[in-house]
Amino acid sequence: MNLLLVVTAAFLCACGTYLVLSRHLSRVIIGIGLLGHGVNVLLVLSGGDGGRPAFVGGDGGPVADPLPQALVLTAIVITFGVIAFLLALAYRSWRVTGNDEVEDDVEDRRIAREAHQGEPEAST
Amino acid sequence: MTGLVVGPILVPLLGAALAMALGRSRPAQRVVSLVALATSVVLSALLLVRVDDGGIVAVRAGGWPAPIGITLVADRLAAIMLVLATTMLLAVVVYAIGQGGAERDHVGFHTVYLILAAGVAGAFLTGDLFNLFVAFEVMLMASYVLLTLGGRPDQVRSGMTYVVISLLASALFLVALAFVYAATGTLSLADLSTKVAELPAGVRSGLALLLIVVFGIKSAIFPLFFWLPDSYPTAPSPVTAVFAGLLTKVGVYALIRTQTLLFPADTQPGALLLAVASLTMVVGVLGAISQHDVKRILSFHIVSQIGYMVMGLGLFTVAGLAGAVLYIVHHIVVKTSLFLVAGLIEARSGTAELDRLSGLARVEPLLAALFLLPALSLAGIPPFSGFVAKLALLDAGVGAEAWAVVAASLAVSLLTLYSMTKIWANAFWGPPREPESSVVAVGADRRLMAGATAGLVALSLGIAVASGPLYDLAERAATDLVDRRPYIEAVLEP
Repeated sequence: MNLLLVVTAAFLCACGTYLVLSRHLSRVIIGIGLLGHGVNVLLVLSGGDGGRPAFVGGDGGPVADPLPQALVLTAIVITFGVIAFLLALAYRSWRVTGNDEVEDDVEDRRIAREAHQGEPEAST
Repeated sequence: MTGLVVGPILVPLLGAALAMALGRSRPAQRVVSLVALATSVVLSALLLVRVDDGGIVAVRAGGWPAPIGITLVADRLAAIMLVLATTMLLAVVVYAIGQGGAERDHVGFHTVYLILAAGVAGAFLTGDLFNLFVAFEVMLMASYVLLTLGGRPDQVRSGMTYVVISLLASALFLVALAFVYAATGTLSLADLSTKVAELPAGVRSGLALLLIVVFGIKSAIFPLFFWLPDSYPTAPSPVTAVFAGLLTKVGVYALIRTQTLLFPADTQPGALLLAVASLTMVVGVLGAISQHDVKRILSFHIVSQIGYMVMGLGLFTVAGLAGAVLYIVHHIVVKTSLFLVAGLIEARSGTAELDRLSGLARVEPLLAALFLLPALSLAGIPPFSGFVAKLALLDAGVGAEAWAVVAASLAVSLLTLYSMTKIWANAFWGPPREPESSVVAVGADRRLMAGATAGLVALSLGIAVASGPLYDLAERAATDLVDRRPYIEAVLEP
């Protein structure tokens, strides 16, 4: 197992996770992208050690496992499409709300409002 | 033969392409959509008959032998799910055509809807883990677009949550794929079922747990359900109905498929799944009780009912799995019709909030009947389909002496009845109230909407009437799931 690639995958996933937890949509999207890259590195790694030639035109010796590479290509294309959609959605969100932040969900807002109403002395 | 298995995926995809080409003419798109989905229903029904008579059908794409090439497999479970999914998609598209709104105002509605149908069929029929991932992504991508169709601020907000959560689940799914491939060197489900058994116990439970988390997010089980009640209610009502009836159930299907097929008997995390199932039921129904909006109440009930399906899986017996299959059959039909009724309430009164509804039973007796029948069925009142499905699950639970989960499911049934009564008392009884404003687009055909809903309600009554043969079918499907050998033989041996 290639330690450098394992560390790379872990680092990318860590950065991605940190960014996804942010409240800014643009950071969340970059985080999703980094997370996707980390996972793709992991997927390449699942084919075993690197260094062997591709399986076309070889001389019959050991070749690199082509399947994880095919899987990664598919995964990259899917990530690409989804991030394009996310960017469009984030742009729409910026257009309708005027900022880049993730809003609280309906339930959070309701609970916050009720908690606020419950203690009128504190607020006035 | 091949056509029957490939058809339910290909026909909607071709329909989607055609609908896109016919973007200028809404009537032509409608015809394409209806014809494609009706063809899928017929093909799936034929497939179910064929699979039930002649055993599991495996199709090798391009003629490549099994672990190398792409295999599509139809067993009884997949065929049952396919028949229900396509029937329900057809009913909802009729409703959407009647409602206008999203369907009429957006060129892409029919295209995306058909792609969703193809993705769902692909998820049911695929024979390997990676294509399961691809089918999930096709389905989810279509669902992202459907959920945010219209681009209202609340849709964008909840759509963002939904998309990000789904993407995290997909990333975890890929991690699981990488681990599975690194450990075994294959992703074909049939091949895996023999190879996973040879792995060390620790690796095996790690993979099992990872897959439970992945499909747990997609099927909204406790504690991974929080995204669902927030995002589903904001979509146009036909879209919410499809999501509620279908998407989480694809997750449950994947959970059942992977846990029964990949992991050998007696090493499956049954106790964990039963605990999760009980918590899912209880937390979901408590969430539903605290809500004041019809759509949000129903969304929390989805979570609660996923618990029943996971309960059947967690028992890992033929009776338990048969109960789970029967429950899914009942749930898809009943849940979809309830959401369609919620859409009709909204169309009539301009709101689905209980505080602002009253007296619908007097003005709209038909609507009241359409709500009452599936609501009683959901709560499990005899003689409706929910009662039959819950009875099968309870019977299995008692047979396996899983008392805690049996007690939880009985208590949750009562609470479900309570929250259905709350909707009934607030929205349907009391003095009639003038509609606030109509949210339905001009030119909506309420008779078509009510007709589609009535069709699904009639289907749920049909499930109750035909529960004997249906239970036998579910039991045969469950026997295949527990035995595993027919599946492996059908795929690996040409």
